[in-house]
Amino acid sequence: MPFRSALLVWLLALSMGLTVGVGLYTFVYARGASYLTDDPKACVNCHVMRNEYDGWVKASHRQAAVCNDCHTPDGIVPKYASKAYNGFLHSVAFTSGHVPDAIQLKPYTRAITDHACLKCHADIVEALRVERGQELSCLRCHRNVGHQ
Amino acid sequence: MNGSGPATRTLIVAVVVTAIGAFAVTALLINIFQREQESKHTFFRVVELNDRIDDPAVWGKNFPFQYDAYLRTVDQVRTRYGGSEAIPRTPTNVDPRSVVAQSKLEADPRLKTIWAGYAFARDFREDRGHAYMLDDQTYTERQIAVKQPGTCLQCHASVYTAMMDLGNGDVLKGFEKMNGLPYADARKLVKHPVSCIDCHAPDTMQLRITRPAFIEGIRALKARDGIENYDVNTMATRQELRAFVCAQCHVEYYFKGTEKRLTFPWANGLHADDILAYYEATQFKDWVHADTGAPLLKAQHPEFEMWSQGIHARSGVACADCHMPYKREGGMKISDHHVRSPLLNINRACQTCHKWPEAELKARVEMIQDRTFELRNRAMDALVALIADLKAARETGASSEQLARAQAFHRQGQFLFDFVEAENSTGFHAPQEAARILGQAIDLVRQGQLSLRGR
Repeated sequence: MPFRSALLVWLLALSMGLTVGVGLYTFVYARGASYLTDDPKACVNCHVMRNEYDGWVKASHRQAAVCNDCHTPDGIVPKYASKAYNGFLHSVAFTSGHVPDAIQLKPYTRAITDHACLKCHADIVEALRVERGQELSCLRCHRNVGHQ
Repeated sequence: MNGSGPATRTLIVAVVVTAIGAFAVTALLINIFQREQESKHTFFRVVELNDRIDDPAVWGKNFPFQYDAYLRTVDQVRTRYGGSEAIPRTPTNVDPRSVVAQSKLEADPRLKTIWAGYAFARDFREDRGHAYMLDDQTYTERQIAVKQPGTCLQCHASVYTAMMDLGNGDVLKGFEKMNGLPYADARKLVKHPVSCIDCHAPDTMQLRITRPAFIEGIRALKARDGIENYDVNTMATRQELRAFVCAQCHVEYYFKGTEKRLTFPWANGLHADDILAYYEATQFKDWVHADTGAPLLKAQHPEFEMWSQGIHARSGVACADCHMPYKREGGMKISDHHVRSPLLNINRACQTCHKWPEAELKARVEMIQDRTFELRNRAMDALVALIADLKAARETGASSEQLARAQAFHRQGQFLFDFVEAENSTGFHAPQEAARILGQAIDLVRQGQLSLRGR
């Protein structure tokens, strides 16, 4: 019996090693580490956001903001939580192939982007901000500034 | 001994779970690899194309994604006011079609009164996809009602190579020869509905104009604007051509003179009234109304003219942007050659620019169409009433001046009404312009009725 147990342990070690190896290779091949950075190129690793990237390259905010500035919330924990959650949904969508050609913000990602304008422009719009009921949406009028 | 049983089982389960994990990760790796590959794949030239190949299947070997979509224009899908239903019919020797679109005459019998005496009162169906254009023209009962010339094929078949052959390489000569042929003779020269070569140059795939009537029509229009000798194939931008290639056919036209030359009446401009003024000056008539004796004009699908008056044209949005919107095939961005109503493709057609929910966008379009349709119905009731009055006036011996005055109102009102009725967007291409034209039509027709009452 010790011989059989030892064999099984080796087999387990081998299979786990293989899985970790293939997993690591997949991570490197899919440029997994790039998703932890702020580099806009990471967002066009797959071609779904090619149009948005091309639009950003030519848009006014290229000098001032990268994708993550407007599409992730403030603070290191909310930022990476949002990246992890959206990243997971994006991978599922892209792997399964269920992506509309004109991609769209979800309500909560739209809220993040709306709020992100204030990271820089809070002073200018202070007089405009209405706290009663619904807050004014910057994107409603200025949705072309990031990319179009 | 007894303790190693569960331990062994645990180990086996661990191996199985790890194996499933490895399986999944490898599948993901392969999927990522495939996605990487498809983003590199662009275009393979497997056949040499030239200016005499009208068979779309040959072009399709080089452009399989575009060709596949092009073949899907056989789809028959309804929208609220447009699109076609597949109506089964029993094929006969004269007409082998087993499926046709629904009859518009049956849907609204007022049209029979409005077009009385003209072939359209005999057979007029909802138009189907591009794939059916040649069959539906070949077998319509209008062919039996009236002897049609070869000119008709300009917009119902891929005639470019046939014109080149007829004219020995000169499209204009071939065009003139084909206009002069009887329909049945010209029909033998063509095989396909609109095909790749009608809009694309075979060597560069650039858009180009192949129809002489559009080349001449747009030249006359530009001359009015002070641009002499406009040559559309060298002077139009790519974005302009993405509307112009469609405007080779989706326009108002008439057959000029005994040579039946296909002509677009644009010398005064593209507005419905500009076109009416052109016809009033040339005294052209399509037919004489059976009940009223008025020399009338039938408008024909003036989509390009109507679109030109709308906000989308003003914003530089071409036909292809909404009717052939860009789509992704793998990593490639191509225009969708399944030409169809944007209402069946709202995400690609509208939401690229209009970031609103699909239901909201559809509701906006249908609101415009509902309003146009209501006005169109009012115009039709007015027309039917004028026709009845004029018919009665002729029978009770009204004076010829009085009749002539009312007939002139009938002619103008009929054309303006038909300009909106025949246009395939139920007002959407230019909502206010459509309402303006219908308002004018209703006014003219009612004036016609008043003129018979001696006012």
